[in-house]
Formats: sequence, structure tokens, C-alpha cells
Amino acid sequence: MIPGNFAYHRPADVAAAARLLQEHGDEAQLLAGGHSLIPMMKLRMAQPSHLIDLQDIAGLKGISRDGARLVIGAMTTQHELIGDALVAAAVPLLREAALQIADPQVRYVGTIGGNVANGDPGNDMPGVMQCLDASFELTGPGGTREVAARAFYEAAFTTARAEDEILTRIIVPIPKPGSGYAYLKQKRKIGDYATAAAAVLLAVESGRCTSAAIAMTNLAATPVFTEAAGAALVGTTLDEAAVGAAVAAMLAAIDPATDNRGPVEFKKHVAGLMLRRAIAEAAGRAGRGTA
Amino acid sequence: MTEQSPVDLDRAEKLQGLGCRRKRVEDARFTQGKGNYVDDMKLKGMLFGDFVRSPYAHARVKSIDAEAAKALPGVVAVLTADDLRPLNLHWMPTLAGDKQMVLADGKVLYQGQEVAFVIAENRYIAADAVDLVEVEYEALPVVTDPFKALADDAPVLREDIADQKEGAHGPRRHPNHIFTWEQGDKAATEAVLAGAEVVAEEMIYYHRTHPCPLETCGCVASMDKVNGKLTLWGTFQAPHAVRTVASLISGIAEHNIRVVSPDIGGGFGNKVGVYPGYICAVVASIVTGVPVKWVEDRMDNLMTTAFARDYWMQGKIAATKDGRITGLWCHVTADHGGFDACADPTKFPAGFFNICTGSYDIPTAWLAVDGVYTNKAPGGVAYRCSFRVTEASYFIERMVDILAIKLGMDPVELRLKNFIRKDQFPYQSALGWEYDSGDYHTAMEKALAAVDYAGLRREQAERLDAFKRGETRKLIGIGVSFFTEIVGAGPVKNCDILGLGMFDSCEIRIHPTGSAIARLGTISQGQGHATTFAQILASEIGIPADAITVEEGDTDTAPYGLGTYGSRSTPVAGAATAMAGRKIRAKAQMIAAYLLEVHDDDIEWDIDRFVVKGAPERFKTMTEIAFAAYNQAIPGLEPGLEAVSYYDPPNMTYPFGAYVCVMEIDVDTGETEIRRFYALDDCGTRINPMIIEGQVHGGLTEALAIAMGQEIAYDENGNVMTATLMDFFMPTAVETPTWETDHTVTPSPHHPIGAKGVGESPNVGGVSAFSNAVNDAFRPFGLTHAQMPHDHWRIWRTAQQLGLHG
Repeated sequence: MIPGNFAYHRPADVAAAARLLQEHGDEAQLLAGGHSLIPMMKLRMAQPSHLIDLQDIAGLKGISRDGARLVIGAMTTQHELIGDALVAAAVPLLREAALQIADPQVRYVGTIGGNVANGDPGNDMPGVMQCLDASFELTGPGGTREVAARAFYEAAFTTARAEDEILTRIIVPIPKPGSGYAYLKQKRKIGDYATAAAAVLLAVESGRCTSAAIAMTNLAATPVFTEAAGAALVGTTLDEAAVGAAVAAMLAAIDPATDNRGPVEFKKHVAGLMLRRAIAEAAGRAGRGTA
Repeated sequence: MTEQSPVDLDRAEKLQGLGCRRKRVEDARFTQGKGNYVDDMKLKGMLFGDFVRSPYAHARVKSIDAEAAKALPGVVAVLTADDLRPLNLHWMPTLAGDKQMVLADGKVLYQGQEVAFVIAENRYIAADAVDLVEVEYEALPVVTDPFKALADDAPVLREDIADQKEGAHGPRRHPNHIFTWEQGDKAATEAVLAGAEVVAEEMIYYHRTHPCPLETCGCVASMDKVNGKLTLWGTFQAPHAVRTVASLISGIAEHNIRVVSPDIGGGFGNKVGVYPGYICAVVASIVTGVPVKWVEDRMDNLMTTAFARDYWMQGKIAATKDGRITGLWCHVTADHGGFDACADPTKFPAGFFNICTGSYDIPTAWLAVDGVYTNKAPGGVAYRCSFRVTEASYFIERMVDILAIKLGMDPVELRLKNFIRKDQFPYQSALGWEYDSGDYHTAMEKALAAVDYAGLRREQAERLDAFKRGETRKLIGIGVSFFTEIVGAGPVKNCDILGLGMFDSCEIRIHPTGSAIARLGTISQGQGHATTFAQILASEIGIPADAITVEEGDTDTAPYGLGTYGSRSTPVAGAATAMAGRKIRAKAQMIAAYLLEVHDDDIEWDIDRFVVKGAPERFKTMTEIAFAAYNQAIPGLEPGLEAVSYYDPPNMTYPFGAYVCVMEIDVDTGETEIRRFYALDDCGTRINPMIIEGQVHGGLTEALAIAMGQEIAYDENGNVMTATLMDFFMPTAVETPTWETDHTVTPSPHHPIGAKGVGESPNVGGVSAFSNAVNDAFRPFGLTHAQMPHDHWRIWRTAQQLGLHG
């Protein structure tokens, strides 16, 4: 459990970090909170020669509102996210999900940017971001670009981020007031990744669902945003048939693997349960005050 | 006992003796991070060792190329079996009469096995060098199933002893067979089964798990080439035994070896055995002439140091139609892994598993255990239990519940009907033990009243109705377990480890000013010996516990003892402490009589002093006596006030208890919630109730872990699937419920203060309470037995198989 040799860098701003990335190419890795990367380095599954620690970059911290969008600096910790009044009022789904990540000690250090950028299928925030239709701002030598969370994840630990880019900000469209939301996660114990988890965001007007977004965590090599599952709810009263159709669409989209949490059949079963419970929870919350 | 005046009570209270909730004296340093563990040690010039380990579960080692590793700056040496062979240290004896490779000698038998030992200037370089050692393996067929290991065409694992028909414990009938251990009367038991009105039968698997102490195993070896002395600091639950074994293996005279156990961060049986890391560190220090440290990491610990359990227990239990148990039959297939490295007394290759008749008066019984080699890590230690007692207790407590189903009886009613009665003690069991004392009916009935057992059953029935009506998806399970342990090994006449009798010891020196130091042959790993042994002494010799230092773990200063495991410290070393205290008091009486100018028989002991009979104003306190012992010439007496006692217990002690678990089970997710857990323990005389409660809390938490998810799992290729704490279940505060503790007191009749030991009871009794609760929840749907661990997906599978998912 001892990592290989590496040089440690701690740049003071994004430009310096970007230069280091360019200089060292695929021998470098960015370090945010380190809760995925450092264990992988200790197992020598990751052996970067250069570790670029982003913690001194003040510009990567903080949460602000930009019109209809919430902008979160990549180095904002889960703990800061949980305690932020703006997040709680504008996008409570984020807070609900962050509270289910690991334990308080991890959340003091673990960051939102690291959680979404690492591409670990076990992480909770990627699916939540897909559900919210968030985008990630990537800063590289050619400037910045935005990539939708729904288009970001390519395979386990492989994303649309180029080697010389830094994920700098997360942009979350603020759901319409009255939206219903839920993040339901089954895990074996505190600190564990999900056996299955479901993120749901929906709107209900006059008893009918007018929009719905559904994404699942740890049920494939990437988070699974399933447009068909959401579509199955839109226009319905969220009755049993509609929920059943959403679950069926979701089950067709996921591809879980057997591990110590259980066999594929069990994971599909729990995925269905989590989604059903999340839809029910979200529906119950829809229309109640601001989302 | 005569009634005490308020003044007497005050004096007694100040002593902080037996029965008082004295705060743990150890905690001041532990809670401030001031403990001194082996990995805290830094010695001048110290080197670090690390292992190259096998990625294969079964393979031939074709070649080892360490040149690149040796060329790395900072690497001092790389040891392989070929380097150890000239010293005859490439293999080492195990505690179970087998032998074990120290470094791979031609082949490997389990994933993670030690192949080469890298010695470097720091542990970072050592880890880098491990990566540079190139080992060529030729994979061999893997056997992880002990039943398949005994098949005619199974690959031979131990080629070194393939032709030996006789092992350390009798005949071997297959190259992968280790021993057969048989107890009881087979013919009589089979006759009872054949003629029985009711027979229940089940295969009960107690899965492989691991003690997983917070501190992993490690040592620092330091060979002083000038004076020829070897000092070995390490995580040893039995430092004296390690010294003797080290002397026998290495040929270094025993007086030239000093073994020290510093603070130990939990042992739970994991730190009883001898590991290749210890041998390699010693050899490395001898070779280099400087101290060498080896400390394993968490993965090393989970993958290679001693596991626990892995018993396949086939059971048959016979009874009359009205529920009188008439016979018990048991056959165990015991998976020991690649080497037999169980830590049991020599004559007991399956430990004290023959306690498996439990708390019941079962007239006829038979037991056989077959030990088997597989491609898994060696071990088979007693994880917070006396040798295989947890397995035995789980077996009988499941069998009784299964019999209750067959009889259509309540499991508690069946237990009450078959308990050994109070008037039957000392009780001779059908499998050879003499239970010292017990009052099972009183304990069970107290437990039932405390939890309102009848009320719980009513609530459970109402929930079941609601479930059937579709109003809830949660069931209630009520798990009852009643356990009897056998601890405190043990009488030297039948208990030894490598020929060392399992007595224990205490040496006391009273200082002139009336304080004292006591040294013992045991070693605390968190049990609080420095607190409790001082309390025993305070009551025996009238010196306040706060004025008594308790020291353990240094073989140069402590008297010889067999160490701490199997709940033996209080039953054996605690007894030695009381006996040594009584020797002190006997001499003190003579001194006091001289000082008071009366005959020895004219004075009597009173809390902290000797008093002239009939003249309470004439007395000498222990403090006065102590001073006199050092400054007065007393005719016929040597100066000083010291004593040592080596205590060979006449029998084991038999703690018992009644546990009740109330569990909510979500049949859809497989999630469980412990709504209530009540634990009544009877450990005889209670030395420190607070420490007892702490022990029960810790042991129940481990029992919860084991029953509900903690396992060492292998895939079919022998890969360890649970090598980190991500997958190896260690409950956090969130998963751990509130524990309710209670007690009865039935002293041991043969122990000097009547104490029986308690540290392991909650693990022994807890696991079956949790498992019985899970099984009980599904009993109305036809479930007889579901195997542990009861994690989410296995509970879901049970519900699925019973058709509860529609």
C-alpha cells in the first residue's frame, strides 16, 4: 500500500496547473480531494510520475448563481456543498446526494470536481449531474469549453476530458420551482459505493408529469442516463403502469456486473426498487414550494 | 460476609477493588494518541522488510530474479527460500504440528503467499524493490472447496508430505487430508438416531472470516552481534511462547532472546501464531547486524495472516416428539488452507469444538472433524473465542432452532426443556467436558422477562399478518441464543502448546512505602489488564489499585506465561494474581503479628489491615507492614515482601449467557435493522462491570459483522475477493445498534475469586442470535436454514427462493 515515486506540484492558479499538465502529458495526474486517486496510487493501479495538487487554486472554489444556472467551482468540497444555502434552496437534489457520499471525514476533503472528473462508476455525482443535465467546464491550452455531463462519460475512468484539460467548473441548470427530486441509494454500509442508486428529477402540473430525468449510479461502466425511462413518465399521472414502463426502460439501459454486493439479478432488482422509491419520493415532493 | 460500618465501606471503596467500575488506566495514553505500538518504534540504522507475494493461489515457482531489485539504490538484500535453506529456516513449525513455508520453496499454495523478502533502507524503497523482483510461475490447478480437495483426482497440494500416511494427529487418508478427530460414541449415537421419534438434519456452514485487528501484525528484530542477544518487539499475544519457539527454531539460547510485546492494537486471535515476517525480520537482522522492521499492511493482513472459522458442519439432532433431545451427531469438514496453522492446544486439533452439545443435557453424542488442505491462506485461529467454541456454539444454537421447527415448538420452550439443570453441576457432557457451574434457567427466564418475549412474539405475528395483507414489506425476526463457553485453557495435564503447559503466572513486589508492581505472563491487547488485575490485587492485599503498577509483555521481566487468548487471562493469570496476593498476605500476617506482639492466629484480615481479634483498635495496615518488611529484622522471616504464583487451573471455566436479537428485515432490499439486542452474560464474579460492558459491546459488534456480512471470500481461481475494508465488512457507528447488557452471577467453584472470563462471550453468543433472527423471520414461509453471512443479496435470495417477491 505504498505508491510509486512521483513529483508533487502545487500550482497557485489554473494557468500554472495547465502549464504543468502540458509539460508532463500523460505522466501527470490532477489531484483534487484524492479519495479515489490516492487509494489507487497506493495499490499502484495508478502510477503518475507527476501529481498536480489543485488545492491552492482559490479560483476553483465557491458556489454562485448565474441567472438560471448554479456554478460550482471544481474544488468545492462535498462538505461545503452540503452546508451551502444556495444549493439547498436551488438544487436540493445535489445536497441530498452529497449527504449520501461516504462519511463526514471523507466529505470534508472530497471535492465535487474530483467526484465527477475521475470517471469512477461508483461515484454518486456523475449520475446526479446527468439527471440535472449539468455541464462541465474544461480549461485547456485552447481555452475553455463546456461538455454536457450526459456526453462526458465514455468508459470506466475514461471521460471526454483531454489529458491537457482541467475540469474547472460545474454548471447546473436550476430546476423549475416545484420540481420533485430524489436520490435513493442502497449500500452495504457507510462509506460504501452504491449497490444501486437512482437520481430522479421531475415536474408535475395538474397531476400530470410534464418532465422527468432519470439517471442511475454504479450499474454500468459509466453512469446511466436513460432518456427512455424519463420519457415513460412524461404525460402520465405517475401511475403504476408508467412507473413500470420507466423501470423497464431503465433495466434495458443498465449493465451491472457481479461483485461482492451481489449477482447481476440482485442488482437489477435493487435498481428497480431504488428507481420506484425515488420516483415516489420525487412525486411526493413535486409542487411543494420551491424545488 | 459481616456487615460493614460506613468507615469500612469508605476504606474498601478507596481500594477500588473487585466489583468497582474503575476507569481504565490505559485510556489516558490511548485517547491522547500516546500509545506505543510496534510501528511507532524507531531504532538507529533500522531497515525495513517487505514481501514479494504470490499472485497465484497454486503455482510452481520456476525462478526468482532479484537482480534488478538489488540494483535499486537503498536495497540491502533480497532473501529467498534458497537463502534460508542453509539455516534450515525456509520452513517453520506451526502451532498445529504441521510445518509452513517461510518463503516459497518451489511452489506456492495460496494467493499472497510470501515468495521473497526485500530489505531496504526505508519502506518506500522496499515497496519499489518488491515490484522489481521477477518471479516466473507455472500455474497449477486450484482447489478452494474442501470437499473437492478430498476427491480422488484432486491436485496434490502438499507435495512435501504427499506420501505421509500419518500426520501430527493420526492417520491421513488422502494427500490433502490433515487429520480426523473423533469424540463421543458413534455407535450409540447412530442407534439413538435410528430409533428417534424426530430427527432434524442440516449442513451448517460457518464461513471463513478474519479477526482483522485495527493494528496489523508486525515486528522489529534487533540482533546485537556484540553480546549475542536478540531482541524481538512485536504484536505477540503470547510473548513467552514466541521466545521459546524462536529459540528452538533458531538455535539461539533462550536467555539470549528477549521478546517484548508493546501496546497491541487488538489481537482477537490474529496475533497468536508465528508468521514468516517474524522469521524473515530476525534473519535479516542477523545478516545485516542492524534492526529490521516488518509491518504488514491491511491487504497483507486480510489475505495472509490467520483467518478464522471455515467449518462445514453436518448435523443430526434426535428428540422425542415432546421435545426432549436424545442425541447429537456432527461431522465437520474443516478447511485449514495450505498449511495447518491452527492455534489450538496440541491435543485438540479442532480446539474445544466438542463443547458443541452446548447448554443442553444431551445424553449421547458423537463428533468427528476432518481437517483438509485447500489453496487458501493458513490459520484457523480463535477469533475472539476460545478454540473453535464459536463454531460449536453456532452449530448447536442453529440445530436447536432447526429442531424446534421440526417439532413445531417455540425455540425458547425447547431450550428450557433441555437445559442442564442447576443441580446437575458439575456436569459431565457426553463429549468429555466437566462444566463447572451454571444456572441456565434463571438466566434465560430473566432475559425473557426483560425483553417481554411473549409480547415480541405477538408483535411478530401481527407484523406477519400485515405482511400477508400487503401492508408492509418488512418482517420481524426474533433470534434467541443461549451459549456456554469453555475458556481458561487450561489444565496442564491436557492443555499445552508445543509442549508448553498452559498455566499462567503473576509476580508481585510490594515496595517499602506500600505501593506495588505486579508482572504477569499475559499481555493485554485492549482488554484492560492494567486496570482489572490491579483491582483483583487491591481486594487481596489491601493496597489501592491506583498504587499498583501492572506490567506485561517483556520476557526479560515478566514471569513465564502462555499469553492472552481464549479468554484465559482472568481464569488463569487472574487466578495466579489472587494466589500470589494470598502469599503476600500470608507473610504480611506474620509480620503484623510480630509488630503487634501477638500470635499469628490472633489477628485477622480486614480490608487493608490485620487487626487483633477482639481489639479492633490494635492493627497494622498493609502500608505499615510493607515498610516493616524492609526496615525491621523479623526473627524467622526474610526481609522483603514479594511473591510469585504459577497457576495451573484444575478445570476450564464455563461462562454462559442468554442473548435476544430483534431484527427488522426488508424482504425486497435484503436490508436489516437491529431494533433491539439484549445480552445477559454470566461470567461468574465480576471484576469491573464497566470493562465487562465494554467487552460485551465490542464482541457483539464483531458478532454483528460476522453474521451480517464479514467474510473472506475466494473465487474459483483462489483470488481473495475481500482483501480491503471496502469489501471486508467492518461496522461503523452507523451500522452498530445500541446494546443492552445484563447479568447474573454464578461464580466458578474452582477459581480463587470465582471469575470465569467474558471477553469472548459476546462473539460466541452473538453470531447465533443474529443468524437465528434472520432465519426466524422467514420460518413462517418454510425456511429451515439460510447460510451466513446474511448480507443484503443473500437475504434477498432467501426471500426470492421462498416466493416473497411475487
